[in-house]
Amino acid sequence: MKKLKASRRIGGKHRWNANKLLLHHLHAAIFSLGRLSRNALSSLLTLAVIGIAIALPAGLYLLLNYASHSVSNWDENSAAISVFLRQEIDLPTAQALQQKLLQRADINSIHIIDKDSAMQEFRQFSGFAGALDALDSNPLPHLLIIQPTLNEDSSTQDLQQLEQALRTQPEVDLVQIDTAWLQRFQAISNIGQRAILVLGSLLGIAVLLVIGNTIRLEVYNRHEEIEIMKLVGATTAFVRRPFLYTGLWYGLFGGLFAMALILLAIFWLSQPMQQLLSLYNSDLILSYPGLPTWTAIVGGSILLGQCGAWLAVGQHLRKIEPS
Amino acid sequence: MIQFEAVSKRYAAGRDGLRDINLMIDAGEMVFLTGHSGAGKSSLLKLIGLLEKATRGQIRVDGRNLGRLKGKAIARHRSRVGMIFQDHRLLTDRSVFDNVAIPLVVCAYSHQEIKRRVRAALDKVGLLGKEKTSPETLSGGEQQRVGIARAIVGKPPVLLADEPTGNLDPELSAEIMRLFADFNQVGVTLLIATHDIALIKTLPYRILTLNKGELSADSMNLHA
Ligand SMILES: Nc1ncnc2c1ncn2[C@@H]1O[C@H](COP(=O)(O)OP(=O)(O)OP(=O)(O)O)[C@@H](O)[C@H]1O
Ligand SMILES: [Mg+2]
Repeated sequence: MKKLKASRRIGGKHRWNANKLLLHHLHAAIFSLGRLSRNALSSLLTLAVIGIAIALPAGLYLLLNYASHSVSNWDENSAAISVFLRQEIDLPTAQALQQKLLQRADINSIHIIDKDSAMQEFRQFSGFAGALDALDSNPLPHLLIIQPTLNEDSSTQDLQQLEQALRTQPEVDLVQIDTAWLQRFQAISNIGQRAILVLGSLLGIAVLLVIGNTIRLEVYNRHEEIEIMKLVGATTAFVRRPFLYTGLWYGLFGGLFAMALILLAIFWLSQPMQQLLSLYNSDLILSYPGLPTWTAIVGGSILLGQCGAWLAVGQHLRKIEPS
Repeated sequence: MIQFEAVSKRYAAGRDGLRDINLMIDAGEMVFLTGHSGAGKSSLLKLIGLLEKATRGQIRVDGRNLGRLKGKAIARHRSRVGMIFQDHRLLTDRSVFDNVAIPLVVCAYSHQEIKRRVRAALDKVGLLGKEKTSPETLSGGEQQRVGIARAIVGKPPVLLADEPTGNLDPELSAEIMRLFADFNQVGVTLLIATHDIALIKTLPYRILTLNKGELSADSMNLHA
């Protein structure tokens, strides 16, 4: 305030340049915002287009990211090896085998599911209680659930070695190791990631063009005003500034709109997602993305807005001259 | 203040706008520029306001060599030369106040300063009550005065007017000329292009006459 007063006293020639620039920016920002609000309907439509175009790839990316995150959390369970013992093996023998196998360095833990309790459970949950009663003996074998020791550099080869070793045990009937679907999921997720990248790039270009074209039209509509401003001494930078701010506002509000869409989608998806996850015994919950994600979305959107605005005014404004 | 040295202006179409003009206008002078239609009056004013560039020769305004100016310097030059047009060139979607304020907004004056200066300029042209109206609702003479207020609000040392009384009645024309004489009184250099020989014959100022792009007469009107 003090500076403003001082500059006013000098009046015109030696005003603080920084002060002047700040005032110019403030004016351009407010002015362009005012223009957007005056054409509220068309501004909102443009914002909706930008918001949707950003929300779509960003939302898909978040979903995919979340899915692979969940899957990697299940890794431990899914890498478990089920060892079905032969029918005739009794529980003490199974327990002896358990003790023996636990000596191995590549085995972390072993959980025995004995056939009686397995039967009990099956009876309870399968709905075949009647049919099972008809059987005179328990057809289920004892089952060892083996948790391999997994660390960063343990490979599928290690796992296969372990599987081989288990298979050669005389008590063992069948070894099941289910990593195939995990690999399949990895592959699909990789394809998905690339697809989203392509989609995101295309929609990003679309946003750029939408903002660029909107601003180009505005430049065209305000041709006369630009000429008069230049006539009375406006620099190209000065005339350009409000248009750049228009791009900034489109980017900012478009990004916020995208954010709202994504939040809405998460909210809507969270319950069915919860149900799905509970089927997999997962205690993960569908969480809302954090600050870095939001910053990336809104920041990216603002960047697109700025680039679009520069595309629109770059050379064009320089050529508009009073006559 | 304004100096032409062997200045020619040739337009893209091959038409000669001005040919070999030499002239000197001192600071604080008020000068009329006349000539038939197509003689080059508008061309000469546009060269001074840097709306066009000279094809040949050198123009100096307030010591600045216009041929050398670029970018920001062109903008600064334009802010120091007020221009008034026959067709006013007002923005119809803005109020009178906003129109007059444009040169100040461009130079980042503070809000209060803009308000004070715009009101002073409008007061000078007798339109103080019309700040909030749209230029469209004003008469031709009033619109012309809004244009004048816009040209003087930044207090430029040089004022150029291209047929400012073009379609005004004699009464209004005389009034506008009096306004210009007032500005001249406080030291503003004025160059006014006009067809209105009858009017300027009654005024004691220097008269430049153009003929087919050449300066054909430069005389002081001593009969007034
Ligand atoms: N932009 C242009 N392109 C091509 N030729 C032009 C251009 N502007 C002016 N001229 C030509 O230059 C000559 C001088 O024109 P100018 O407008 O300066 O005359 P003037 O004295 O202002 O005429 P009037 O009294 O009719 O306004 C004319 O022959 C005109 O055709
Ligand atoms: Mg003319």
